[in-house]
Amino acid sequence: MDQALQHLVNGTVLGGTYALLGIGLTLIFGVMRVVNFTHGELYAFGAYMVYALVSLLGINFYLSLLLAALLGAALGAAIELLLLRPLRRADIDSVMLVMIGAALVLQNAEMWGWGGVAKLVPSPFAGTPLVVGPISVMPLRIFVLLVACALLLGFWLLLDRTRAGTAMRATFQDAEAAALMGVRVGWVNTATFAIGSGLAAAAGALLGPVFMVSPTMGDLVGLKAFAIVILGGLGNLPGAAIGGFALGYIEEFGGGYVSTEYRDAFGFLLIILVLAIRPQGLVAPRERVG
Amino acid sequence: MSAVPGWCFVAAMAALPLVLPDLYLLSVLTSAGIFIIGAISLNLLLGYTGQLSLGHAAFFGLGAYASALASLGFDIGIGFGLRLTLPPQPVWIGFLAAIAVAGGFGWLLGRLAFRVRGAYFVIITICFAQVLRMVALNWVELTQGPMALIGLSPFSLWLPGQGVVELYAKNQTYWLVLGVAVLCFLVVRQIVHSRVGRALVALRENETLARSVGIRVTHYLVIATVVSAGIAGAAGSLFAHNVRIVDPDVFLFIYTVTMVIMVITGGKGTLWGPVVGGLIFGLLPDLLRGAAPPEAQWIAYGVAMILLVMFLPRGIVPAIAALMPARRPGRGATASPVSQEAP
Repeated sequence: MDQALQHLVNGTVLGGTYALLGIGLTLIFGVMRVVNFTHGELYAFGAYMVYALVSLLGINFYLSLLLAALLGAALGAAIELLLLRPLRRADIDSVMLVMIGAALVLQNAEMWGWGGVAKLVPSPFAGTPLVVGPISVMPLRIFVLLVACALLLGFWLLLDRTRAGTAMRATFQDAEAAALMGVRVGWVNTATFAIGSGLAAAAGALLGPVFMVSPTMGDLVGLKAFAIVILGGLGNLPGAAIGGFALGYIEEFGGGYVSTEYRDAFGFLLIILVLAIRPQGLVAPRERVG
Repeated sequence: MSAVPGWCFVAAMAALPLVLPDLYLLSVLTSAGIFIIGAISLNLLLGYTGQLSLGHAAFFGLGAYASALASLGFDIGIGFGLRLTLPPQPVWIGFLAAIAVAGGFGWLLGRLAFRVRGAYFVIITICFAQVLRMVALNWVELTQGPMALIGLSPFSLWLPGQGVVELYAKNQTYWLVLGVAVLCFLVVRQIVHSRVGRALVALRENETLARSVGIRVTHYLVIATVVSAGIAGAAGSLFAHNVRIVDPDVFLFIYTVTMVIMVITGGKGTLWGPVVGGLIFGLLPDLLRGAAPPEAQWIAYGVAMILLVMFLPRGIVPAIAALMPARRPGRGATASPVSQEAP
């Protein structure tokens, strides 16, 4: 029982960052119909920016997190303007190939620039775990969960309460109709990609100090983001948040009770099963996806 | 392109080791040839059915592991105290096993993945390769995990009058790969020009229409996937016994990406596209070696992919075919065989 509680806590912490990743990816797909293969690389980018700002430039940790997320958003906007805007009329497969090319460039640029050795990001939190009854948690992880939840809430407020959010939701539902209503879809796309990328970079910046920062870290995470998004249904925002926490628990409990080695495989097995049985996702209403 | 230039090209490639017995060049061409076989198989899915399958490294890796395990033999527990044992087999049996195993998984993936299309299909195929990589990493009793399967024997071939001969020499392996590549090319050409091929192209161009005239879409897609997977498995087997070591990295996404780049560079949906693209991207890295680190090579691949999709989306072969004056309607060199079939 104690062990189960511990897994629950760890799964929640992991799930918070997974939800951030999933929301960004599903938002981009929903608004722009783009399968974003650079998402994992933006995550790695965020982690490297925190490393560079904190370890190399000696900037305050919290300020560095903010800057890393903003730099991620800026990189996302650049990708959108440079690569996606010219391809707005192209089919989904061409766009996927371009995004794979971009991911290849980003990942290897990271490898080239930073070297293959994993980096450690120092954080201002104590290295000793906080013990509450049978559960022990690193203070850093609690901070990560809190920030992730705050970002999720902020994102929801942005989408639900602001003019920009309304424009985004309109484009999400029907881009053509939104354009006819005077929404400048081009800028909505840029903003969407920037926000999605910023969330991915924020997730990387948050987890960078928890784990190590390495150039291939985006690979697996990029694929996991797909798992999260598929779990909740591609283009389904609440679904992505639920999917993020679900994957966190699945990995944590699966790793704890079934097999540590196959921990990372659970998500992928699950995607294949979900897509084969309920391709519209677990939480979405039935719709055609073929 | 009529058959004559094609056979001239094959003859020239076959004569190369005799004219230019440079071992380094031969080994580079051999590994390029193996990836060309992979690209030819991918093209059947990517080019002719229009399904962006990004898990092709799965079949390549399955072939490599099946072939390696058959030739090394294995002895594993399968639960309930039972053991599954296979004594080491000759390499050609491993080669056939590679085709069978990869083809079987192709059938499985086809049945599962073709329930969905577009982005969903792409993601399912990527995950498929990823799961297999995890299994290869973690099922240490069978695959040795990250320690890799080492000490594979080189290819052996039964030759009339000489019995089974091991192909140690570089030029022998080269000819073997060339032979398999030509065979695979012919198989794919045969399929493309058959009833199956026409059905595939019909559903690529308009799936709803194809369905409405009674083409059993999933049936044909699964056939294409099985054939494609089987050929990729053959390429994997060649790869395993050429480098003589197999590790879980054969399932890496980057191998799929390499094959995808080869196909789209040359021209997807053209028979010669994968060959042209494969020669370019098979030889380029080795020509650039020393001039730039491997990261720069991958960056160049990524940039090439972006530029090609943006500025030459149909690939090199159709572009050249369009430049050449239309002497005869080109067989296989046209981008869309539909234009030939339709009056």
